[in-house]
Amino acid sequence: MSSDSDNEPIETTSDVTPASTKSSPTPEKEIELPKFEKDLADKIVEKFNTRVKVAFVKPDRVRINVGRDDIKEVAEFLRDVLNFDHAESVSGVDYPQDKEIEVVYHLGSYTDSSLSRQILVLATRAQREENPIPGNDATKLPSLREVFYSVEFHEREIFEMFGVYFQGHPDNRRLLLPEDWADLPPLRKDFAIKGR
Amino acid sequence: MTNELPPGLALQKVDERIMTLNVGPQHPGSGHMRIIVQIDGDFIVACDPDPGYVHRGEEKMAEYRNYITNIPHLERPVIHDSCNILYPYVLGVEELLGIEVPERAKYIRVIASELNRCVYTMYWLAIYGIFLGHSTMFMWPAGDRELLIDLLEKMTGARVTHAHFVPGGVRNDLPPNFEDVCLRQVNYFEKRIKEYAAIFYDNPILIARTANTGILSREDAIRLGTTGSVLRASGVDYDLRKKEPYDVYEELDFQTNVLKEGDSYARSKIPWLDMMESCRIIRHALQKMPKSGSVRVKLKPNPKGKGLDSVYKRVESGRGSLGCYIVSDGKPEPYRVKLSVGSFRNLIALPYLLKGEKLGNMPAVYWSLNYWPVEADR
Repeated sequence: MSSDSDNEPIETTSDVTPASTKSSPTPEKEIELPKFEKDLADKIVEKFNTRVKVAFVKPDRVRINVGRDDIKEVAEFLRDVLNFDHAESVSGVDYPQDKEIEVVYHLGSYTDSSLSRQILVLATRAQREENPIPGNDATKLPSLREVFYSVEFHEREIFEMFGVYFQGHPDNRRLLLPEDWADLPPLRKDFAIKGR
Repeated sequence: MTNELPPGLALQKVDERIMTLNVGPQHPGSGHMRIIVQIDGDFIVACDPDPGYVHRGEEKMAEYRNYITNIPHLERPVIHDSCNILYPYVLGVEELLGIEVPERAKYIRVIASELNRCVYTMYWLAIYGIFLGHSTMFMWPAGDRELLIDLLEKMTGARVTHAHFVPGGVRNDLPPNFEDVCLRQVNYFEKRIKEYAAIFYDNPILIARTANTGILSREDAIRLGTTGSVLRASGVDYDLRKKEPYDVYEELDFQTNVLKEGDSYARSKIPWLDMMESCRIIRHALQKMPKSGSVRVKLKPNPKGKGLDSVYKRVESGRGSLGCYIVSDGKPEPYRVKLSVGSFRNLIALPYLLKGEKLGNMPAVYWSLNYWPVEADR
């Protein structure tokens, strides 16, 4: 077992610069929130009030948590009013203890140069089934493919890897997994790697 | 008998005119993937890319190993560009742990990642050349690539799988006298790649085969969320090294290459132009780099994040934006690692580009996407 003691570095280095003396990339709590990102978050809250929850506002990153019924409306607002035009990445995260699977959209903008550094993180959660039957159980979310065309393959990947069925997606076939895969969706936490 | 088929298998109606053709996964022209094309005579009417033949579950494996032991296997999806694929992961872990990297290490990282971008691009260029029937274009880049591989070998100890970037800096300092050797090799390399214009990029046969094939309009490039050379060949000026500079790119002098045509020729030219910018970046970085100092900060063994936290970092790799989303729950192992790679994002454009093309143009269009199947499958 490994210990957490401070006195054992992994490898020696010639010269040690303690991390605390320089400015850390993540700001401390008391530092005020970055203005541009704060404004962005405020605009969304102004429009949707309590239906959205701002999870964090960091430099260049704003995260919004939305309920599954509102996600399409919020995404349309982000595209039409705030000029986010494509999805960089769509990730699933499994939370078995909450009985939920989170789907996280990272949205960016090519057309609006003021947003070129920004990534808006839009997250929602789907109900998680103990014994999943992908496509035929309650693990469903509305697809954002009509809003952001670029999510097409990402959502197909999440369907096979987590069993989250995207309603309204035109093509919910397997993408990376073999056609005859008959086990649990492999990125769920209850799918264990052999020998680990 | 029941009509129920397992998911993924579907019966297709047969049309007398349309023939369905599987290109790959064994066919060398497709890489490790299958492209299902439907052809009417010589023209492609529909195309359905089917990746996944080299899916290795990198993201699942990352949940079982701690932040440091993830490094050697996370670079496997694209070993020719291994510094760039590790870059967002390492930047993300640094943000989770709150580490500040020494200045010299930042410069070493930039030099390593630019060298790697060239190594990857040369490999891709060699393949692009051979699939267009230009054997010299296979031999030249494959040979000239060795120049930079030698440099990276001196720098990191390994020819391709470097595992050189670690949270807190780089694994080793530069060997003595590296700056001079690097400058000499990079200058010679730049001279060599400029010669490619005469045999390849100005070659009328190449232009006839690739110009005006597979045109991606600016609107489609944005709508489909493409990235990297595909995006910049369609007239969108978006390079993360300029738009969201990481490490020391802000202080270095270079420009982004943008072309307006959006055809296979423009897409194949952008990476080549980028290599010349990479040479500029390396020369400038060698000049500005602090001559001595630490290259790595000490970490605790088994570092862990502070509670539930998430971070999304991205860098410009050889194939476009490469994002890494890390969720930490305060344990030594990440809770979830997601790699959003340029190859996977550009694949969505393939059906649009191939529609209406001749079957013979398929390699020219497909390889111009700068697509790396292993990276897309992860």
